[in-house]
Amino acid sequence: MSTYLEINHIRKAFGANEILKDISLKVEEGQVVSIIGPSGSGKSTLLRCATMLETMDAGDLIYLGQYAARDINGKSVYSSSEELKKIRRDFGLVFQNFNLFPHYSVLKNITEPQMLAGASKHDAEAKARDLLKKLGLSDKENAYPCQLSGGQQQRVSIARALALEPKILFFDEPTSALDPELTAEVLKVIRDLAAMHMTMIIVTHEMQFAKELSDRIIFMEHGYIQAEGTPSELFSTDNARVREFIGKLQG
Amino acid sequence: MIFMQLMSGMGMTCAIFFLTLLFSLPLGMGVALLRMGRNKVLSGIMRVYISILRGTPLMLQIIVVYFAPYYVFRIRISQNYRFIAVIVAFVLNYAAYFAEIYRSGIQSVPRGQFEAAQVLGYSKNQTFMKIIVPQVIKRVLPAITNEVITLVKDTSLSFVIAEAEMFTIAKQIASKEASIMPLMIAGVFYYVFNFIVEVVMNFIEKKYNYYTI
Repeated sequence: MSTYLEINHIRKAFGANEILKDISLKVEEGQVVSIIGPSGSGKSTLLRCATMLETMDAGDLIYLGQYAARDINGKSVYSSSEELKKIRRDFGLVFQNFNLFPHYSVLKNITEPQMLAGASKHDAEAKARDLLKKLGLSDKENAYPCQLSGGQQQRVSIARALALEPKILFFDEPTSALDPELTAEVLKVIRDLAAMHMTMIIVTHEMQFAKELSDRIIFMEHGYIQAEGTPSELFSTDNARVREFIGKLQG
Repeated sequence: MIFMQLMSGMGMTCAIFFLTLLFSLPLGMGVALLRMGRNKVLSGIMRVYISILRGTPLMLQIIVVYFAPYYVFRIRISQNYRFIAVIVAFVLNYAAYFAEIYRSGIQSVPRGQFEAAQVLGYSKNQTFMKIIVPQVIKRVLPAITNEVITLVKDTSLSFVIAEAEMFTIAKQIASKEASIMPLMIAGVFYYVFNFIVEVVMNFIEKKYNYYTI
């Protein structure tokens, strides 16, 4: 097993507001790691730093042994844009709000990124159709995102990410914009991916889901990792704050 | 008779109209990008440019562009410079308006669209051309239609340096014959022109109706 993602001592502030204060994290091949915690705890910022949508102030970011950013004297120094472009192909990201391209059909949403990465139109379409079939969306390839339910849109966005064959897939609250029924259909897809040993990092509020699926759960608050462990460790913890948080979400 | 004379000015009106659009629509995008860009100097210059061009009368701008070569550089103004001056003034003026329309359009595209494109490996250029611009066009079409309709009527401002477009000719006939009839007919011409503009723009808007944002 190899280390797919390594984050060392990340710091990130927006102005005077310190969001991430010294976070370190390691994810091995095939692991599913869930990140939980209250709003404003820095979970999303951590994910955005890991996916390079935000630049970190300090710390290392390493994908499969390749440095995307290296801490030099307390400051993150990013690799060349060439290098970063290569490293970006190691991961995919599924957004809370799907962020499908509204002017493209479902099929084109999935094929165009592949073709920009060098795939032929024929191969890109074959892969897109295969993924749509697996996700139960074969009849939707010519639909536009606005014609789909939220759950269908999220499944398309998962297909779009998977089509690029990422080594790691990040999910940023993938079901927070969905009602319970649609949540279930998206969670089923993520569950299937876990069964196929896809390496995933999931920011979520779905406690039951995180418990059932994760190899490791990370509890974040105030910009720190407050607790970390296997689901059984975390759900039977002595840490009062973690118990309170988990208890509230379980209702 | 009046009709035929006015028609002869229509060619010039159309020329001003189409050439202005041809140059100001893309120029406006360039201005908008510089205005929003990271280069503070260029952004500042564009801000001032937009502010002045929107804040002073187009009629005055036409006069300034027409007479500037003489007053500033002492270059004698040639006969065919009249037309060039009109086009330059219109293009500069309309590009300023279009720039602000584009800017609002680009800023109204959700950040998530840029972020999704980045994560999916689109370069900055690819993101702009394939993801952002098509959505911006859909968003700004109603505002662009407004400007295009105004442009049809604004072509009449060229009379101020006696460029022989339709309104200038209508005025000449009107004063020669001491009748407002030529001006009324010119009004009908402008309305018909704009009616066509409306139909065309509605058609283009419909083409973008296949999705909602």
